[in-house]
Amino acid sequence: MSLALDILSGVCLITGAVMMIISALGMIRLPDLFTRLHGASIADTGGAFLLLFGMVLQADSFLVGIKLGLIGVVLFLTAPTASHAVAHAALIGGLSPDDPKVNQGKEEAEEDHT
Amino acid sequence: MFSLVTFLVVIAMAMTLIRAVRGPTPYDRILAVNVHGTMTVLLIALAGFLTDRPDFLDLSLAYALLNFVGTLAALKFFKHGHLGEEP
Repeated sequence: MSLALDILSGVCLITGAVMMIISALGMIRLPDLFTRLHGASIADTGGAFLLLFGMVLQADSFLVGIKLGLIGVVLFLTAPTASHAVAHAALIGGLSPDDPKVNQGKEEAEEDHT
Repeated sequence: MFSLVTFLVVIAMAMTLIRAVRGPTPYDRILAVNVHGTMTVLLIALAGFLTDRPDFLDLSLAYALLNFVGTLAALKFFKHGHLGEEP
C-alpha cells in the first residue's frame, strides 16, 4: 500500500513539474499577451494541483495535509482572478486580441497606428 | 524524487524570468512575475518536504496571499495611473 502511494505520488510530482516546464515554454514561445495567458494558466491550475496532490500523498501528519489543501484553495481562488485582471487591464490599456501586431511593443504599435 | 522535481521547477522559474525581462508590454512582465510567484509558492513547499521541515508550508501560504495582492496592486496602478487616492 505504501509502495503504491509512493508510485502515485511520484507520477503526480513528475507530471506536475513537466507541466511547469511546458507552461514556462509557452510563456517564452507564444506570440502575444492573450496567448501567453493560456501558457500561464497551465502552471496555475494543472501544475499546482498535481504538485500539491503529490505532496499530500507524501505528508506524514494530518496538519501538513490541511496546510497543503489550504494552499491549493488559495491558489485556485486567486490565480484565475489574477489572470482575468491581467487580461482586463491589458484590454483597457489598448492591447487588442484581434490584432497581434499591436501587442508586440509600444513603439511598433505607434508606428502602425500613425 | 523531491530534488529532481525541485530542479525542474527552478528551471521553469528561470524560463518565466526570461519573459519578465524581455516582455514588450508591462502586462507581459506582470503576467510573468505572477506565474513566477505561483511557482515560488510551490518551490517553498517542495523545499519544506526536501529538508523535512513542514514549517515551510506557512511561509508558502503567506507568499501565495502576498503574490495575489501584489499582482492586483500593480495592475490597478497600470490601469488607473494611481492607487486610489485623488488624482
